[in-house]
Amino acid sequence: MNDKNIELEKNENSDILIEVANLKQYFSISTGFLKNVDLKAVDDVSFQIKKGETLGLVGESGCGKTTVGRTLLNLYKPTGGQIFYKGEEIKTKEDIKKFRQKAAMVFQDPYSSLNPRMTVGDIIGEPLDVHKLYNTKEERKERIRELMGLVGLSSEHATRYVHEFSGGQRQRIGIARALAVNPDFIVCDEPVSALDVSIQAQVINMFEDLQKKLGLTYLFIAHDIHVVEHISNRIAVMYLGKIVEIANAEELTSNPLHPYTVSLMSAVPVPDPKTARSKKRIILEGDVPSPLKVPSGCAFRTRCPKATEICSQETPILRELRSKHFAACHNID
Amino acid sequence: MKILEVKDLQTSFFTQSGEVKAVDKVSFDLEKGEVLGIVGESGSGKSVTAYSILQILTSPGKIIGGSVKLKEQELVGLSEKEMRSIRGNKISIIFQDPMTSLNPVYKVGNQLMEAILLHTNRNKEEAYLRATEMLELVGVNDPKKRLDQYPHELSGGMRQRVMIAMALACEPDILIADEPTTALDVTIQAQILELIQDIQKKFGMTTILITHDLGVVAGMCDKVAVMYAGRIVEYGTTDQVYYNPRHEYTKGLMKSIPNAEKKKERLVPISGSPVDLLNLPKGCPFSPRCEKTMKICLREYPEAIEVEKGHMAACWMNVKDEV
Repeated sequence: MNDKNIELEKNENSDILIEVANLKQYFSISTGFLKNVDLKAVDDVSFQIKKGETLGLVGESGCGKTTVGRTLLNLYKPTGGQIFYKGEEIKTKEDIKKFRQKAAMVFQDPYSSLNPRMTVGDIIGEPLDVHKLYNTKEERKERIRELMGLVGLSSEHATRYVHEFSGGQRQRIGIARALAVNPDFIVCDEPVSALDVSIQAQVINMFEDLQKKLGLTYLFIAHDIHVVEHISNRIAVMYLGKIVEIANAEELTSNPLHPYTVSLMSAVPVPDPKTARSKKRIILEGDVPSPLKVPSGCAFRTRCPKATEICSQETPILRELRSKHFAACHNID
Repeated sequence: MKILEVKDLQTSFFTQSGEVKAVDKVSFDLEKGEVLGIVGESGSGKSVTAYSILQILTSPGKIIGGSVKLKEQELVGLSEKEMRSIRGNKISIIFQDPMTSLNPVYKVGNQLMEAILLHTNRNKEEAYLRATEMLELVGVNDPKKRLDQYPHELSGGMRQRVMIAMALACEPDILIADEPTTALDVTIQAQILELIQDIQKKFGMTTILITHDLGVVAGMCDKVAVMYAGRIVEYGTTDQVYYNPRHEYTKGLMKSIPNAEKKKERLVPISGSPVDLLNLPKGCPFSPRCEKTMKICLREYPEAIEVEKGHMAACWMNVKDEV
């Protein structure tokens, strides 16, 4: 366990920054004339994030991980459940506006999330305008310069347009914009998956540095389990709208309990020829079921190598199977 | 037996802002049954190399030099008609995105049978049988039903299986897989990689696997070519390149990926931005990002030299004693 984890253990429970309780996000999908079906993108998800902690959220496309992040910031109005910031529930429009000065988001695609018709300075300055965080133009300019320095961009570039920057630099612009409101909490939605391998490490290191420097708390969403494992203190694994396992990062990756996590860990190719050759991979059969037709009981049972009768009848709930290690499966003791 | 010999292949794109040397003097050979991995970042020229072999470059791209020999037959300079009898028949390709590489308005069956009818003497009925057989081979359940479906009715993994079936239908000598799993989820990626591996072993298929994922290469390939700025900067067996990298770029790549053993250690990134092919630096194109740049690196491009048997690297670090 590294120093950061020890420190987090110390202020157990005292410093919960973000809490999500029974969060639900259903989208109504039209399947024909006057026929609507609920797509349960996020179904009864609960978790807490402590101050200064990074919670990693992994899962395959369509499992609802991005929706969790967006709903958490109230970009979508939640269908049900509660969101707490520092113990206070976010409910009214006022709350949301205040909350968004404390919580920001970094998006996946640095190409489509930045307006090509705005200068970099204006992109980074926009949150300042929205929340009226400056008094004079000079102040605004100074703050933009400061933010650009923080993410390793030269402030001379403030008057340039986005197309002049590479993917990694664009992601830095996106991060600077997120930092503009001086947030405590950032939802990072697949922030490195659009970047080249050699650039990913630069951006991951920057996230870590900023966390140390500014005391940030992250919800880090990604599909690459190695990246999540590297940056997170705790990891939650999602499958079809539900969290199936949540534990300390080291515990979860070295001792996964849920059959889905086990196969997910095993499916990731290892960049080491000898291990890769000798490793017996668990290959899951079939595809992820459509979120419109989630299987009864445990959603994973259709692909699960361990499924038994009970799995189709009862939905498993998250249970603490090891110390601080929760999994939702009927067949683990 | 050498099945494919690529020698000094040069492909350039003549854009309005100037010539972009996307592939610059790339050479490699493939023995029968070998699996070669080509790795590199976006813009390193790995896909263009594959497209050049098949001559499916789009304008303004053009092969301007070098040779590609398939079983001693020179492909560069062949007419479009002659190339058409090679593509899909002797050399097949699987593309990255299975949604855009299948035609959405034709049924899967039509598209699969098209290749078979074009390249073999089978009649329609036989082609239909062959198509069902191929779908079964790639693990598509209920093949007859699938043949009658449109691509949008299939999942991403299923579409990629259809693409593989199509590529293999005419028993090609060489299969090129261009980022075959990049668009797929991890668990589906594992399925597809296993399928390619099985088929490769079963038929002894010579395969070129293009990817940016060092993990995918490690498990599948016999040999690896690392590309940077249009050139192969390192080439060797997978073990040689992974355990004894001799080019600073390869070393940097290996260090920059998070892995299970050094979980919480700080990552060591490669500094700077990916190379801009329109403004290539003089000398070694990696020199602006390299930690060990020497004077000669800024002056001259390092030619690839053999650092151990079968292991080539183009880096001045390997010849520094002589300089």
